[in-house]
Amino acid sequence: MEEELVYTRPDVVADRATHYCPGCHHGIIHKLVAEALIDLGVVEKTICIGSIGCSVFIYNYLNLDTVEAPHGRAPAVATGVKRARPDNFVFTYQGDGDLASIGLAEIMHCANRGENVSVVFVNNTVYGMTGGQMAPTTLIGQQATTCPAGRCEELEGLPLKMAEIIGGLGTTAYSARVAVDSIKHLMAAKKAIRKAFQCQIDKTGFGFVELLSTCPTNWKMTPVQANERIAKEMIPTFPLGTFKDKTVEAK
Amino acid sequence: MTEQTPKRIFVKGNEAIARGALAAGCKCYFGYPITPQNDIPEFMSQAIRDAGGQFVQAESEIAAANMVLGATACGIRAMTSSSSPGISLKQEALSYMAGSELPGVVVNMVRGGPGLGDIGPSQGDYFQSTRGGGHGDYRLLVLAPASGQEAYDLTIKAFDLAFKYRNPVMILGDAILGQMKEPIAPWIPDNLDPDEAADWRLDGAKGRQPRLHKSLFLQEGELAQQNRHLQEKYEAMKAEIDYESFMVEDADIIVVAFGSIGRIAKSTIRKIRSTGKKVGLIRPITVYPYPSEILKTLAEQGKKFLTIEHNMGQMVEDVRLAIRTITDSDFYSCLPGNLPTPDDFEEPILKALEG
Ligand SMILES: Cc1ncc(C[n+]2csc(CCOP(=O)(O)OP(=O)(O)O)c2C)c(N)n1
Ligand code: SF4
Ligand SMILES: [Mg+2]
Repeated sequence: MEEELVYTRPDVVADRATHYCPGCHHGIIHKLVAEALIDLGVVEKTICIGSIGCSVFIYNYLNLDTVEAPHGRAPAVATGVKRARPDNFVFTYQGDGDLASIGLAEIMHCANRGENVSVVFVNNTVYGMTGGQMAPTTLIGQQATTCPAGRCEELEGLPLKMAEIIGGLGTTAYSARVAVDSIKHLMAAKKAIRKAFQCQIDKTGFGFVELLSTCPTNWKMTPVQANERIAKEMIPTFPLGTFKDKTVEAK
Repeated sequence: MTEQTPKRIFVKGNEAIARGALAAGCKCYFGYPITPQNDIPEFMSQAIRDAGGQFVQAESEIAAANMVLGATACGIRAMTSSSSPGISLKQEALSYMAGSELPGVVVNMVRGGPGLGDIGPSQGDYFQSTRGGGHGDYRLLVLAPASGQEAYDLTIKAFDLAFKYRNPVMILGDAILGQMKEPIAPWIPDNLDPDEAADWRLDGAKGRQPRLHKSLFLQEGELAQQNRHLQEKYEAMKAEIDYESFMVEDADIIVVAFGSIGRIAKSTIRKIRSTGKKVGLIRPITVYPYPSEILKTLAEQGKKFLTIEHNMGQMVEDVRLAIRTITDSDFYSCLPGNLPTPDDFEEPILKALEG
């Protein structure tokens, strides 16, 4: 039987292995972003705002014009980029420490100004790059290197639910939480990213997608266990769904 | 250069800077309220939009400076302004811009410190401005105007230099410069090049290789190489050294003072000269890179020095470095919290002249 090529790497995805740990979802999410850019025909118009976290090398994997933002400041940098180049497609790619902790002011105000940009938010409930410290999204009871006994509400508060918070702002055009742990979830994630990006193209406003993601290394799990943890432990606290969709409301 | 109508306008130093920025083709302004620079964002909120540009009142100085980082990564002329406490917050983005070689322009209308200090004039941010200010081995090009006209002119120059060297440039003023109204003659440069950033700006990688602006260099040897490159650039910036020299030829003593204090000292020197005493002034206009050579030359001629600053003694270290192999400089500190007049400098200058 002859071999049939059923998938080729699109040009926007660089031809090199990533530095991500086995079972990490960052790589899958990169690919979903790349596919959305291709499908919407904006690859050559795109300016990517990288952030500080395990995805800091995103420019090594996606062949896009890219600027590195300081930790948490990607939404401010995106604001500057979009204001300077309103005809370009602008998105940030940020982790949960980056976006929901140090960069909380920047994400809230970028969304609240209704900046016409898109945000890809990768929530893996830890500071991955720095070695698994507690994040604002760490689950109650979850152990991390700075809460070795597990996160406790009395001392550390509750996990921040960014997709709901951003969805609650009047200026947000689209906000959803998705996962990539199963084919079904992956399909929904693909759609959500596309919708958030489409809002920018249609100039309807700020688009936000939160992706529940794995960090097998810092969770001290195998890739399979980590993947299973998404549905078992994360989704009960971080329900999947769409929290704002102006494209539907408009219809 | 094209003159403007009306030929002369009567404006605060802050407005002179904002108008200078517009004349220089600044397309994006990002700010946050703080006294004594509020006239800049207030003026810009209307004027830059009227000129087809963008104004954002950011959520913080941190965000405002990072918006400048984003806009300049696109090769667009962009600016932010603030005063001391706010400038402390901009240091993160300034360090990243220096590391990524992005040409933001930032104005510091210095007020008293440390901490919340006061809202009066001060030169207490000299160290922060001339030593980089944020983390890492970097420098800003720092211009220190002493009048409304100079503020206008140097703002235009700031954008040119920022793009020439791909380095952040700071305009270092104070509450006197920002708040004082005086006549200026606005002009528009006619050498603006819309393609000045054509080979590095981000605008989508259509038909070319993707471009990247970053300050992270992890490969072995990469960061050392980048730092060497930056240092060579700072060395090359010495071509921009600028200062005002006033009656130094026959002077027995040289007063060294910058910005508003340099201008006030000049009035004192005029008065002392009328009594026949030989006093001169060097007023650094670029405080980084610093006009060390002229000070050294004057020291070699046997002249004495008195550095006057509106702080507890910061620039005097640069003066002493410049003349260290030959002589020393006296220092007169006019304390932050006070508004100095030309009379205040008379006694210290005469004392240094005798002593
Ligand atoms: C101002 C500043 N503080 C701290 C750090 C260190 N740091 C690097 S990455 C990171 C956390 C990244 O976590 P997250 O955003 O969740 O991304 P992940 O690695 O989990 O994908 C931190 C704290 C930094 N680079 N800059
Ligand atoms: S540390 Fe965690 S987030 Fe970072 S690459 Fe490894 S698995 Fe992914
Ligand atoms: Mg994380």
